[in-house]
Amino acid sequence: MAHDHHDHDHGHDHEQEPPSDIALRVKALESLLVEKGLVDPAALDAIVDHYEHKVGPRNGARVVAKAWTDPAYRARLMDDATAAIAELDFTGRQGEHMVAVENGPGVHNLVVCTLCSCYPWPVLGLPPVWYKSAPYRSRAVIDPRGVLAEFGTELPEDVEVRVWDSTAEVRYLVIPVRPAGTDGLDEAALADLVTRDGMIGTTRL
Amino acid sequence: MGGMHGFGPVAPETDEPVFHHRWEGRVHALNLSSPTRGNIDAGRHRIERLPPADYLRMSYYEKWLARVELLLLEGGFVTAQELTTGRADPAAPKSTPVRPASQVTSALTGPYSYVRESDAPAFAVGDRVRALNLNPTGHTRLPRYVRGRVGVIERLHGAHVWPDAHAHGLGEDPHHLYGVAFSARELWGPDAPVRDSVRLDLWEPYLERA
Repeated sequence: MAHDHHDHDHGHDHEQEPPSDIALRVKALESLLVEKGLVDPAALDAIVDHYEHKVGPRNGARVVAKAWTDPAYRARLMDDATAAIAELDFTGRQGEHMVAVENGPGVHNLVVCTLCSCYPWPVLGLPPVWYKSAPYRSRAVIDPRGVLAEFGTELPEDVEVRVWDSTAEVRYLVIPVRPAGTDGLDEAALADLVTRDGMIGTTRL
Repeated sequence: MGGMHGFGPVAPETDEPVFHHRWEGRVHALNLSSPTRGNIDAGRHRIERLPPADYLRMSYYEKWLARVELLLLEGGFVTAQELTTGRADPAAPKSTPVRPASQVTSALTGPYSYVRESDAPAFAVGDRVRALNLNPTGHTRLPRYVRGRVGVIERLHGAHVWPDAHAHGLGEDPHHLYGVAFSARELWGPDAPVRDSVRLDLWEPYLERA
């Protein structure tokens, strides 16, 4: 979460513009709910801070790197991902029931939510706009190879593509193939190689 | 919208911020802390009830804003006049926030489970099942593109809260949830790659033995 979007004392051009209609509407709603005692403004600050700074794909990358380096952890992760991920203290909303799916030489996994935008918040943070968009949600199930190509991911025909449509409260984390030539790296260095899109399955590492 | 055509290419963004505008973060937080939070299925259904043209036009957080406003109205927490003016009715009683700042971290990170006690599951791993051709007017988590199609049970998740009932205030009505694999050819026809598949989590009332 290096990109701290809200520290706006450095003056982007859009800072000079008047607030948009929707920004005013949200501000009015927030002040109404605070005035009525229905929400605590400090709780709003804490929630925004949580999703901007405390969760994100670095969490998932730690899970992946540990699975690559610790065979016993990998076994626990494949057997009960919810418990194995909780060992690293990544728990909570939108990660209540986790399943890890592993890529291999002949298998590639891709995660989508066609019905809304279900996504494993504790390990990946909030989803990117494209994941929530109609193009991705509509096509990931019917044309996964075409979607993958738009991410620059070309899969050989003999690789099996498994698409996971998150229809229930089960959330999926893709465990990418460990890149070649990384034998000497420790867990922290390996985690730096793991990308968000690799854990959604739209790219390979 | 699984399987629909015509929405164009996926457009990934480099170095995307968590929230693109400050108001998006506030809307996210309002959804998670207002007294309307708590029933995830009712919340999803509220977004699904937006007029289809609005649903397709609005951004994700515009939909979240519409949801929290409409749930607040429908729940009687605010009046239409208050929403329009942004000012509380002076006669309205003052409430106490259901989610104070001191409880945010535990609410967001505390473990929770949708698994409930239930009877034995009707299906076992390896069973062939057909997704029923159900077309409820209310909330469901049975995507249209699998209705009538045959798949194989791959995983038993236990009995989970059933959204079709829970979204409508009819209790949790838990049913067994299964991971079901459908071949791409079963779903999309003979032009789909022979080994590819789509896997979904489907509740027992959506399935029959095939």
